Amino acid sequence: MDSFFSIYVWPGIIMVAQSLLLLVCLLVFIAYILLADRKIWAAVQLRRGPNVVGPFGLFQSFADLLKFVFKEPIIPAGANKAVFLLAPLVAVLLALSTWAVVPLADGWVIANINVGILYIFAISSLEVYGIIMGGWASNSKYPFLGALRSAAQMVSYEVSIGFVIVTVLLCVGSLNLTDIVNAQHDGLGTMMGLPASFLDWHWLALFPMFVVFFISALAETNRPPFDLPEAESELVAGFMVEYGSSPYMMFMLGEYAAVCLMCALTTILFLGGWLPPVDIWILNWVPGIVWFMLKSMLVFFMFAMVKAFVPRYRYDQLMRLGWKVFLPLSLAMVVITAFVLKLMGWA
Amino acid sequence: MGLQAIFFYLFAFIAVASAFMVISAKNPVHSVLFLILVFFNAAGLFLLTGAEFLAMILLVVYIGAVAVLFLFVVMMLDIDFAELRSGVLQYAPIGMLVGLIVAAELVVVIGGSVLTPEAAKAVTMPIPNPASRTNTAALGDVLYTNYVYFFQIAGLVLLVAMIGAIVLTLRHRTHIKRQDISAQVARTPATAVEVVKVKPGQGV
Repeated sequence: MDSFFSIYVWPGIIMVAQSLLLLVCLLVFIAYILLADRKIWAAVQLRRGPNVVGPFGLFQSFADLLKFVFKEPIIPAGANKAVFLLAPLVAVLLALSTWAVVPLADGWVIANINVGILYIFAISSLEVYGIIMGGWASNSKYPFLGALRSAAQMVSYEVSIGFVIVTVLLCVGSLNLTDIVNAQHDGLGTMMGLPASFLDWHWLALFPMFVVFFISALAETNRPPFDLPEAESELVAGFMVEYGSSPYMMFMLGEYAAVCLMCALTTILFLGGWLPPVDIWILNWVPGIVWFMLKSMLVFFMFAMVKAFVPRYRYDQLMRLGWKVFLPLSLAMVVITAFVLKLMGWA
Repeated sequence: MGLQAIFFYLFAFIAVASAFMVISAKNPVHSVLFLILVFFNAAGLFLLTGAEFLAMILLVVYIGAVAVLFLFVVMMLDIDFAELRSGVLQYAPIGMLVGLIVAAELVVVIGGSVLTPEAAKAVTMPIPNPASRTNTAALGDVLYTNYVYFFQIAGLVLLVAMIGAIVLTLRHRTHIKRQDISAQVARTPATAVEVVKVKPGQGV
C-alpha cells in the first residue's frame, strides 16, 4: 500500500497541482494578452481602448468573461447539437493541452518528452477540427464557408511551419524543447569569438526561417492580416457566426491560447527561450521565466502591431504566399542547412 | 497490471467502440469524426508501446492531414445516404469474406509466433538498445542509411502519382485573367501612364 501511494498517488497529485498552476497562470496571462491586444490596436489608431473597468481598464477581460458566462447560449434549430457544442470544447482543449510540454524555464516543464516539438506540431494541426466542426454543425452558409477557408489556410501554412521546424531541428539534433533552448547557449556569436549573447540564438543564423515562421504563425492562428475565416466584411464572423455566450468565449479563448503558444514557440525555437540576452552575472541572476515571458510578450507585441498595421490579404494571395513562396523557400533552406552543417562538420 | 494496463484497455476499448460507430453512425460526418477518434486512440496505443515518434506521426499525417481532407470531401458531397444504405445488405457476403481473410491472416501471424517463438527472434536487423537511442534517431538511421534506395524509390512512386493527378486535372483556360505580381511590381509611371495632348472641344 505504501508503494502504491509513492508510485501512483503522490506523483499524480503533484502532476495535477502543476497542471492546475500552469493553467491558472496561463488563463490570467491570456486575459491580459487580450487586453494588451486591444490596447495596442487602440494606441495605433489614436484611441484609448478599454479604460472603464478597473484602473486603465485592467479588469476588462474579467468583465467580458462574466458577461459571456451569464448570457444564454443559443443553439440554432437546424444545428447539429452535439457537434455544435463539441467544437468550441475541442478548440480550447487542444489549444491548452499543448502547453504541457512547453518549458517555461530550465526544468520548468510538466512533461519533458523526447518528441516535444512534434507533439506541439501534432496537436496544433488538430486545432483545425474545432473550426471545421463548428462551421459544419452551424448548418448555415457563412460559417461553412469560413470553416472551409480556415481549414485550407491552416493546412497550407502547416507545411511551411513543418519545414521551418525541421531546419531548427537539423541545427539542434534533438526534438526535445529543453534541448532546443540549451543548444542556443553557443552559436554564431561564440564562433566569432564573442561571449555568449543574443547573437547565438537561432534567429540570426536562420534569419529567413525566423521571418517565414513568424508570418506562418500569423496565418496558422488566423490572426490579421490572415484572418480570412472571420473576415467581417465578407463572412460576418466566419465559423463563429452562430455562436454566442460561453461557446463563443471558448472559441476566443482557444484562439488566444494558440496565439500565446505560437509566441512561446517562436521564443523557444528562435529567441533562446529562457536564456538571458547577454551572459553577465546580473542578467543571469534574473530568473529564466522572466526572460521567457519578456521575449514571448515581445513576439506578441509584433503580432499585435501587424494586426494594427497590415491590411487583410485576399484569399488567392494568401494561398500564393503559402504554396509558391514559403514552401519552396523553406524547402530550399532545409537542403541548404543540411549541406552547410554536413560540409562544415557541425552536425 | 498497473497504469499501463489501465490505459491500454481504455484506449483499446474506445478505439474498438468508435470503430464500430464509424460503420453504424447514420450521419457520414459523424462517421468521419469517429474515425478520427479511432486514429487518436491508435496513437495512444503506439505511445504505450514506446513508439512515440510513430504516435506523433500518426497524429500529424492521419489526423492532421488525411482525415481533414476526408472530412472536407464528406461535407461537400451531396449524397443521399438513406438510399445508399438501403442496399447495404447485398454487400454483406463480400464484407464477411474480407473479414474472414483478415482474421485468418491474424491467426497465422499470432499462431506462428506462439508455435515457433525462435522464428520471431531471428530478426534481420539488430535492434539497438532502446535506453541509449531515441526511436526518432533509430528510425532515421534505418530509413536513411540501410534502406535509403527503397526510400528514394518510394518517393519517386509518390512523385509519379502526384504528377499524374496534376496532369489529369490541369486545364488551361484562355479567357481567365490572372494576377502577375512581378508585372505589377515592375510597373513604373513610364510604362503605365501615357500623356496625351488634348485639343479643346475634341476629347481624346
